[in-house]
Amino acid sequence: MAALRSTSTRALLASARPSSLRIAAAGPIRGFAQLADGAQQSNVAAGDQPAAKLKTFQIYRWNPDQPTEKPRMQSYTLDLNKTGPMVLDALIRIKNELDPTLTFRRSCREGICGSCAMNINGTNTLACLCRIPNEDSSEMKIYPLPHTYVVKDLVPDLTQFYKQYKSIKPYLQRDTPSPDGKEYRQTKEDRKKLDGLYECILCACCSTSCPSYWWNSEEYLGPAILLQSYRWIVDSRDERTAQRKDALNNSMSLYRCHTILNCTRTCPKGLNPGLAIAKIKKEMAFS
Amino acid sequence: MIAQRAGTTALRRVVTAGKPNAFFNTNIAKLGLASSSLSSTTQQTRPVATQHLTPSEAQSILAKQRLQRPVSPHLDIYDKQQTWFGGSAWQRITGASFSGALYVFATAYLVAPLAGWHLESASLAAAMAGLPVAAKGGLKFLLAWPFVFHATNGVRHLLFDIGVGFKRRTIVQTGWYLWGASIVGGLYLAFFL
Repeated sequence: MAALRSTSTRALLASARPSSLRIAAAGPIRGFAQLADGAQQSNVAAGDQPAAKLKTFQIYRWNPDQPTEKPRMQSYTLDLNKTGPMVLDALIRIKNELDPTLTFRRSCREGICGSCAMNINGTNTLACLCRIPNEDSSEMKIYPLPHTYVVKDLVPDLTQFYKQYKSIKPYLQRDTPSPDGKEYRQTKEDRKKLDGLYECILCACCSTSCPSYWWNSEEYLGPAILLQSYRWIVDSRDERTAQRKDALNNSMSLYRCHTILNCTRTCPKGLNPGLAIAKIKKEMAFS
Repeated sequence: MIAQRAGTTALRRVVTAGKPNAFFNTNIAKLGLASSSLSSTTQQTRPVATQHLTPSEAQSILAKQRLQRPVSPHLDIYDKQQTWFGGSAWQRITGASFSGALYVFATAYLVAPLAGWHLESASLAAAMAGLPVAAKGGLKFLLAWPFVFHATNGVRHLLFDIGVGFKRRTIVQTGWYLWGASIVGGLYLAFFL
């Protein structure tokens, strides 16, 4: 289906070329990478084209079809004038124009799906929310999420992460029916407690930024899952709070958190997993 | 972009006018390609077949794959400021070296009478007094810096435990203040006390 869609897009583009030329002449295109086609642009402004702003991207490559080959870094150079503003735009453009074998996950391109989580210039973030710094010409380094098994190139294996999420029972557990038989109501104050927790999209940026999770990912739940855990612990409608806390009450699940706080510093959604974990610890200490 | 969207909209209009169809949204691209015969089948062909696996089989396949997969780089590539200057890691390093030093000294103190060493305070002070200022201060700084670091960061972690100082900016700032304060405090203890 995806292949079908892209060929038809190209056919449409070809048929609608005159109008797209007119739009391109009106101003530089800052949209999807594939539209700012090099040939089209040079047709438009052959004379007064701005100087090329070249940026080199070093990208981690590993191909499962040649498992004996070591992972390597591959460089790609793009002209930023023809590329969208975000790192994801650059990646898509590299895949479309330079190297179709480059593999990465992406979906929504607006920071709500969490697919394009990767390590960009040393910190984990979503490629679609990370601007390409264009004030300097330094190289950008892009790696998959740290200390994960690599499926291919920038695609990490998150099986364990999702299993851990399942293990905290991320759903409302309740026995008593609601008084009006319709919905479980909560006060505005109780609802406010879920702010900053429910927005988590489980992109795994925070968990894979945590050195403690690097060394103990088998047993330690990691910041993302603990934030989700706290989201259910603090929910006034949930009736299994004690069991949820009990499940965390061992040396590994929760207490491998040493307040390193890389999680809070890296979260692309601006949430605070470190604070959520501190609140769980505090509640466990006082209960 | 706009041109493309306009094209798709026009195409969709043609399709809906010709044949109202619940599936046109998903198959619009395919219909567009099958230009002449819009009435052709909307059935989608899926060449990919899936296979049913029990969880244990899936686990064994995953384990086999993982044997081949590399682990992505971590300490080498992660932001150096966070990995190498992290307060938490240095809290452990300073704490461990202090307790290690304590064990070493305490054992040596116990063994001293048997081995004939002189580790009493008076003789240690006399030995230190004979050293040049730089060596004296340097040796003291080696002990003073980890002490101040551990104490200051200890307070920071106690604050973390009661849920204070978790703002992103505060974390970064206090992280640097911690290094500044511990070096200044260490130098003070080493050279002015």
